[in-house]
Amino acid sequence: MSTGATPQSPRPQSQTGKHRLLTFDILRYDPRDAASVPRMRAYRIEEADSMTLFIALNEIREQQDPTLQFDFVCRAGICGSCAMMVNGRPRLACRTLTRDLPAETTLAPLPFFELIGDLSVNTGKWMRGMSERLQTWLHVRESEPDLRRIEARMDPDLAEQIYELDRCVECGCCVAACGTARMREEFTGAVGFGKIARFRLDPRDTRTDEDYYELIGDDTGVFGCMSLLACHDVCPKSLPLQTQIAFLRRKMAGMGASRDVPVPER
Amino acid sequence: MKTVVTDVLVIGGGLAGLRMAIAARRRGREAIVLSLVPPKRSHSAAAQGGMQASLANVARGAGDNEDVHFEDTVRGSDWGADQIVARMFVNTAPKAVRELAAWGTPWSRVRGGEREVIVNEEKVSVTERAEAHGLIAQRDFGGTKKWRTCYAADGTGHAMLFTTSDQAIRQGVAVYERTEALALIHDGERCHGAVVRDLVSGELFACLARATAIATGGAGRLYRVTTNAVICEGMGHALALETGVAALGNMEAVQFHPTGIFPAGILVTEGCRGDGGLLRDVDGHRFMPDYEPEKKELASRDVVSRRMEEHIRRGKGVPSRFGPHLWLDITLLGRRHIERDLREVKDICAYFLGIDPVEKWIPVRPAQHYTMGGVRTDHTGQSPYLKGLFAAGEAACWDLHGFNRLGGNSVAETVVAGMIVGEFIADFCDRPENAVPLPMALAQEFVQREEAKLAAILASCGQENPFRLCAEMQDVMTEHVGIFRRGDALQAGIARLRELLERSRAIGITGKSRAANPELVAAYRVRRMLKLALTIACGARQRTESRGAHFREDFPRRDDRDWLKRTLAVWPDDSADLPRLDYEALDVMKMELPPGWRGYGAKDYIDHPDTPLRQREVDAIRASMRGRDRHALQDAIMPCADRLPASLAGRNERLDEPLEGA
Repeated sequence: MSTGATPQSPRPQSQTGKHRLLTFDILRYDPRDAASVPRMRAYRIEEADSMTLFIALNEIREQQDPTLQFDFVCRAGICGSCAMMVNGRPRLACRTLTRDLPAETTLAPLPFFELIGDLSVNTGKWMRGMSERLQTWLHVRESEPDLRRIEARMDPDLAEQIYELDRCVECGCCVAACGTARMREEFTGAVGFGKIARFRLDPRDTRTDEDYYELIGDDTGVFGCMSLLACHDVCPKSLPLQTQIAFLRRKMAGMGASRDVPVPER
Repeated sequence: MKTVVTDVLVIGGGLAGLRMAIAARRRGREAIVLSLVPPKRSHSAAAQGGMQASLANVARGAGDNEDVHFEDTVRGSDWGADQIVARMFVNTAPKAVRELAAWGTPWSRVRGGEREVIVNEEKVSVTERAEAHGLIAQRDFGGTKKWRTCYAADGTGHAMLFTTSDQAIRQGVAVYERTEALALIHDGERCHGAVVRDLVSGELFACLARATAIATGGAGRLYRVTTNAVICEGMGHALALETGVAALGNMEAVQFHPTGIFPAGILVTEGCRGDGGLLRDVDGHRFMPDYEPEKKELASRDVVSRRMEEHIRRGKGVPSRFGPHLWLDITLLGRRHIERDLREVKDICAYFLGIDPVEKWIPVRPAQHYTMGGVRTDHTGQSPYLKGLFAAGEAACWDLHGFNRLGGNSVAETVVAGMIVGEFIADFCDRPENAVPLPMALAQEFVQREEAKLAAILASCGQENPFRLCAEMQDVMTEHVGIFRRGDALQAGIARLRELLERSRAIGITGKSRAANPELVAAYRVRRMLKLALTIACGARQRTESRGAHFREDFPRRDDRDWLKRTLAVWPDDSADLPRLDYEALDVMKMELPPGWRGYGAKDYIDHPDTPLRQREVDAIRASMRGRDRHALQDAIMPCADRLPASLAGRNERLDEPLEGA
């Protein structure tokens, strides 16, 4: 061993007897393999200090089953890649500490999204479709600002409020937990409502409530929401989904009621 | 053979890649982005703290401009940076921030009036000008003379990435999610695209393009403890390296971030120290002023990381089951500030450490953070060795960062280089001579070669486990090629890496699926990672000096006389077990800022013989031009105004520097 001192964090050492033995019951299924049938498989590992599901699942893959599929990217709770059902509830696996779980834990892929295999689902494809449909970008009159000039001003409090709604990581937890999405495949979902709320709040966006009504003013949109609000409870970023959806619904209901009369709001 | 044809093929869906693709689309070109993951999951999202651009809106940024940003960047690089590129960068950074603002990024804004900030353990009152109210705010970061770092609370990278990704959708950029480039298709002189693997179906296909751009980010996963995402395995670097022609520059320049949380290595932002946080040792003593009286906690990252490790070596670390660590104390910033501007830090502490940083100190130790080295390019972002191959962002050695990158300059580089290189790529595509006939036979040959490699892995009865080889490589890199380096330890490390590379020929895997198969992916990547690891280790072994993040205990001084040059590395062919190294000298006589002391860190270095000459020249120009404006002076010392694409040229307006005709 060299003496060159560098960051050291020893790989977890087995200290049998000191830690719990954890059991993970994981849903295994490869939809591309005709011979594959969905089944639960149990894996046992020894718990370590500060162990997260990221560490646990990688240990299972590296030491017990190299074919196990799951998705992690940042492993720091930032990117939203690793949402999965942990004991029946959607959460980000990377920031779930095993010490907060019972000795036996069930892991399953997020429902609703296309399954790639095991715990891996295609949230990206669905989110892109959502972005295209709702046009989740700022709609402005002047598309080519003079970049040499001082930027347009924005009230600091408003900037903070927009940032609050901009924190969504598109992990899919809200849609996976949504009762309406189970019944209506084309339902916009809380993630989409959050985006609309974000652009609606932004005074630079030229879209009016009439435009937004076209996007979410029906049962696949904000009127389809049954107000079960599991989305709000499971959002890993604690976005204010409940108030935003309620607010949008009120605005859109008002819009719908006065549809025959042109309403120049904003 | 399935073949896809496009104008611009971008490998990597983070900020640099997306911004290049947007540039190409806006110039009427088709663009395809290959991305291992949905682009919004890219590692760009993890840039918490901010982006440097000399807007000079806040009081503590008064007097900031391109010149000050340029000097900070070059000093930070320990004079390894290409100064022309640094000038292009600092001039475009304000435009990049303003473009993102116009696209909707919710930058934090200046609040006019008085407010309290923490500087050097003391509450200081700062009065923001009324006329700056509502403009983009800046915070303090390490290694900078002015408060220059623009931010969106503590989710800057996330906000920038979502804005840019949504713009890419708006512009109709095609993104092939969950695909991976396995090899560049080239004839030794011209790059024609890449062999691509669909990570879900396993299908291989050729993607042919007029221009191919690598924007795959860093290679942090070569190390055991890194702040990098798990996808940052250097596969873009490896694509270039394996061509045998497109050289990588300065791969031994690896940055360690002072504040990775211990032991997981997850980053807590430099904004913690920028906003007034302190580093403390086992006795609770604030030790940085003892080592760096001028900049204290806010010296550049390489210096702070080394000082921390030095302090641990003196027995001042906090002992723990995983080894010693130090403390980051942000309790003095107060709950309100932490919960608004450092919330991501609070979340990370809560979720991964179970502590509240408002009340408790955070255990930290330096962790691998940034790959300064990358695909060597000229100032347009093109490889000088393989025509039609471009690179931008962390995967490139454009050479903005030299041997140490400043905090806030990486996420800035992604969008700035994306804008600049994107324009040059469009120019390249527009030139008629670059419209070459599609090399179908060549493409077929490359696809077959990759197919054969995968088949061989699947058929192998070898006993080597790819995950284990990877872990062993990470151990070697961490122990032998880390923050402190020594010739004998590097030599031993190289020997071990060569063994691992040899063993990687005998990888056997248990899962035989050609489709989604994590074991197969690990198997073909680990060989490439080992080649990169050897490239870093050999570069470090050869470079018998200390510069920026590259620190040799046996050669502690910076040696401009013998080492003011860039390392170039190619991998001769697949049977080789070492890279071929070459060097490219930096020309002191053309530098705007000749080498000197950085203003922090070690004060002794060996001068280049040209340095005094050039310094006299520069001084004479300055003296002769007294009274002229700073732009004229800059142009006289190092003319480079013609280097930027016309659409990005031009001065930047500030409150104190109105544009003529405004």
